[in-house]
Amino acid sequence: MSVFEGFRFRHVSSPIHRLDPRVKFFYVLVIFGVAIAFLEVLPLILLFLIQIPFVLVASVQREWIRSLKGASFLAILIFVVNFAFGYFGGFYPSSMSPWEYPLAMSLRFLVLVESFSIFFLTTSPDHLSLALEQSHVPYEFCFAFTTAVRFVPVLAEEAQTIMDAQKARGLELEKGNFIKRVRNYIPILIPLIVSAIRRSLELAEAMESRAWGATEKRTNLYVLKMRSADYTLIAISIGMVIISIYVRLFITIPSLTMLLT
Amino acid sequence: MIEIKGVYFTYPTGVEALKGVSLTIRDGEFVAIMGSNGAGKTTLVKQFNGLLKPAKGEVLVDGVNTRKVSIASLARKVGFVFQNPDNQLFCENAEEEIAFALKNFGFKEETVKSRVTWALNLLGLTQYRQTSPFMLSGGERKRLALASVLAWEPKVVVLDEPTIGQDFEQKERLRQFIVQLNAQGKTVIIVTHDVEFVADCGPRVVLMAEGKIVADGNAKEILTDKELAFKASIVPPQITQIFLGLADFGLPTDVINVHEAGKILLDFLKEEVKP
Ligand SMILES: Nc1ncnc2c1ncn2[C@@H]1O[C@H](COP(=O)(O)OP(=O)(O)OP(=O)(O)O)[C@@H](O)[C@H]1O
Ligand SMILES: [Mg+2]
Repeated sequence: MSVFEGFRFRHVSSPIHRLDPRVKFFYVLVIFGVAIAFLEVLPLILLFLIQIPFVLVASVQREWIRSLKGASFLAILIFVVNFAFGYFGGFYPSSMSPWEYPLAMSLRFLVLVESFSIFFLTTSPDHLSLALEQSHVPYEFCFAFTTAVRFVPVLAEEAQTIMDAQKARGLELEKGNFIKRVRNYIPILIPLIVSAIRRSLELAEAMESRAWGATEKRTNLYVLKMRSADYTLIAISIGMVIISIYVRLFITIPSLTMLLT
Repeated sequence: MIEIKGVYFTYPTGVEALKGVSLTIRDGEFVAIMGSNGAGKTTLVKQFNGLLKPAKGEVLVDGVNTRKVSIASLARKVGFVFQNPDNQLFCENAEEEIAFALKNFGFKEETVKSRVTWALNLLGLTQYRQTSPFMLSGGERKRLALASVLAWEPKVVVLDEPTIGQDFEQKERLRQFIVQLNAQGKTVIIVTHDVEFVADCGPRVVLMAEGKIVADGNAKEILTDKELAFKASIVPPQITQIFLGLADFGLPTDVINVHEAGKILLDFLKEEVKP
């Protein structure tokens, strides 16, 4: 469950937390785009490093490291699979060593995880919903989205309780071969799904009985407004786009292999 | 026998739920653990079958340290009925639900069959044998969860808030049932807020507050102590409150249940108010 912890919002106040979520999301998209545009190790390392100041300013380093730890398994998997295919299939650029391309792939993955983790760690579900609403997404969707986000940790906790309950009835999760182990999770998944459905029906009833959707036009107590910090981040993001386009078009990035030899 | 020796426990979130708890529960005892919300009752009973392991101190079940054995092997001895039955029901019908644990413990096919029948019968669920657990009412689901634990006849039965959501009749049946279990020599541990229920059962009461045991004694002692009750935010049974108020008339103040109270009042009236 610790992977979830790496994305779970906690109320802290920092300049990053106060940024407009729309701007933050734009920034995440830019990072995303740039990470896709490059397959060389050097720019990806750079991309990974320039986000660290954000983490420090927002002081979410503990959770952030947790999310990276959670992602590291997948990153290693990506490396191994790509390496195996490249090495035995010979699919790798001739200018690189066989390990460089797989390394870039897993770095790319880590960069994506890193930026999404920063986004979710520093954006409250309420702010996110506001941002969606003010981008003219219908309110029902915004509400469904934020409720889903908010219920992830609740669900994780519930899964833990259910596991406890089934272990108390003698269920041993780590017993048996692979198929048996997967099947061991049935007694956990069914109560989890049933109670999630039951809870959502109850939530719907509770909301209807408190007159949800009674007014046609909703107004919000808080309205998102862009501030100078937001414009700065937009400028930085656009700058990054321009620089990466320039670098992509006019500069050949040396591969790590070339630098090392 | 369950021995808890100086146990401390902290959740990963940093909440220190147990702060040095020591307690011994002998075989065949009937214990009610009471105390305010968040006092650490559930955290304490989860130590009994190894679902949670102490951070400091140790828990011994029949002399075996819970850190050294698997939950499954402890569960064979210590049956645990969770507060919310929805956390464990998942099978197609009641019968399979009860058989689940039995199969996990490796009982023989025939034994499983006979135990299932026995347990369904024991809790008045026989007519629901083929019914999906999800179709049962809340109270029935709770009884099914109980049946699914009793089926393997654990030596110790832990019930977390068994009376919640039960109507009067079911509660009375549950009470008789628990007393009967205990009379058959099982150790019964209940966690509850229901003072009237405890007063009617008359078990040993362990009172908790803020992760510590603040009192331990028989139901009469604990439930009639106003100060203690206040400390652990429980209220003495209503009948006790009346008798505490009538202390000036020379009536006893340690009355906790209605039968007892009726007798005392009747005697008193016969003495004082001659017809
Ligand atoms: N899974 C958990 N993660 C983190 N903290 C928890 C968890 N479960 C309980 N706690 C905390 O530990 C403390 C003791 O909780 P516990 O569930 O043992 O109380 P309780 O006496 O059973 O209360 P109740 O009467 O409400 O059932 C509480 O402060 C609670 O917030
Ligand atoms: Mg509890």
